[in-house]
Amino acid sequence: MEMMKQDKFNFMLDRRRLLTLGTAGLVCAAFPMSTSAEAADADKAIRDLFGDGELNEGRVTVDLPPIAENGNSVAIKVTVDSPMTENDHVRRIAIISPRNPLAEVAEFQLGPRAGKAEVATRIRMAGTQTIRAVAEMSDGSLWLGKASTVVTLAACIIG
Amino acid sequence: MSIRISAPDTASKNEVIELKALIQHPMETGYRRNNRGEIIERDIITTFECTYDGDTVFQARFHPGIAANPFLTFYTRATKSGTLEFRWTDQNGQSWAETHSLTVK
Amino acid sequence: MKWLAPVITVFTLAAACAPAPTADETREKLPASDLTSGYKFLQADTQALQDDDFANPGFLWVDRGRALFAAAPQQSKACAACHGEDGAELKGAAAHYPSVDETTGKLTNIEGRINLCRTRHQGLEPLDYETDDLLSLTAFVSHLSRGEPVKVDVSGPAEVWYRRGEDYFFTRRGQYNLACNQCHNDNWGRQLRGDTISQGHGTAFPGYRFEWQSLGSLQRRLRDCDAGVRAEPLAYGSDDYLAVELYLAKRAEGLPIEVPGVRR
Repeated sequence: MEMMKQDKFNFMLDRRRLLTLGTAGLVCAAFPMSTSAEAADADKAIRDLFGDGELNEGRVTVDLPPIAENGNSVAIKVTVDSPMTENDHVRRIAIISPRNPLAEVAEFQLGPRAGKAEVATRIRMAGTQTIRAVAEMSDGSLWLGKASTVVTLAACIIG
Repeated sequence: MSIRISAPDTASKNEVIELKALIQHPMETGYRRNNRGEIIERDIITTFECTYDGDTVFQARFHPGIAANPFLTFYTRATKSGTLEFRWTDQNGQSWAETHSLTVK
Repeated sequence: MKWLAPVITVFTLAAACAPAPTADETREKLPASDLTSGYKFLQADTQALQDDDFANPGFLWVDRGRALFAAAPQQSKACAACHGEDGAELKGAAAHYPSVDETTGKLTNIEGRINLCRTRHQGLEPLDYETDDLLSLTAFVSHLSRGEPVKVDVSGPAEVWYRRGEDYFFTRRGQYNLACNQCHNDNWGRQLRGDTISQGHGTAFPGYRFEWQSLGSLQRRLRDCDAGVRAEPLAYGSDDYLAVELYLAKRAEGLPIEVPGVRR
């Protein structure tokens, strides 16, 4: 495919076009070494951490940028809708990736003394994916939130 | 090991305060190879703990998916004047800590 | 090694592309009115990280540099003993580097100036590039000029260095046979894969790159550029890279120092 392109455009190439074609040629080299976990591993990681209870959608909001220009450091914020009282609070929050080599990214233990169920950090993303966050409440119920980020490819591959 | 902490010096009783912590650490994943093709060994911080006058108020467990130079923002309710301690521990048990004095009025 | 295939494809494309006389041989310069910091080409989230004086990870090195600057090494004096507490005397100085050292007649960047201070005045060994200590001191000293517009002297003994840097900038190199100007003068603002090509200014460095997951020097960035066009990167502190630093500084004249900058 690439060779055909080359034959066809051989005499028309100027440097500007070269940049464009170089772009097309390099796209597939994005995450050459990644030993990505499968989506099933994300499910398993959630079960390993929280058991087999019902996963309810809602109450958990995940904030991620729509585009990350490098997967090495992406800002994430997880907010859980909870009054954070002695009787009704968030016990744990976990961040789970369906595409990283390891599904579990981080786990946080909170309590009523947190006052506010919100945690922010920076994570690695081995490519475009939908990150999941699971919160375990003091009544044992489990809640799931999700957000997606497109991880773009750098212009120059070094080395 | 450079550490940065952001926390208020004073707070009113029961106020929810924002705490931020940043530490210099490569968080080497164990998945990368050096230029001779050899795996670079994993070297990560695995736990973070914030204590408030000796009580644990927040804990985190990190995996290689946490970015280099780990950054955290979290919250706690100001209850009484005391010392906040922020402590990171790596996979080998080595730890680094920083403290901050909080006055509650 | 399937990852090599696309790289080879591009190399083949580059080789197939017959060298033709183009505008790059005329050394077309970047018009002053077009001067744009690399900051402008970053995603909003990356800009926000640079602007956050707590979360910007480059400050981990600035903090460490401030502590090193204040501490007197054994049987020696602290940087602060000459340059004032917190480097008060050095505010704005980094905006005028590189400059020619009067004693040696050699072009000197901030790293080189710190090492000259160590050997001449502190009785200490020079530090290697990219060591935590040299990065931290360079970041701290450069940060004292944050916001200060770059202005360098390229006259007198500096002129030959400036010319040498310009030559490097406009010379095609590597397997891709590309010169700096072909990306950073002729194609800045255009997309190259997910990135927008910048004008290649050095005003954010030493800077924190996501790619490095660390702070790094301008010369580390230059080495990455050379590796990116599949040319052999030069040694740290080489005369050519020093000359390029001066050329880049003159070319960026008027842009403010951003250290510690954050880049992709």
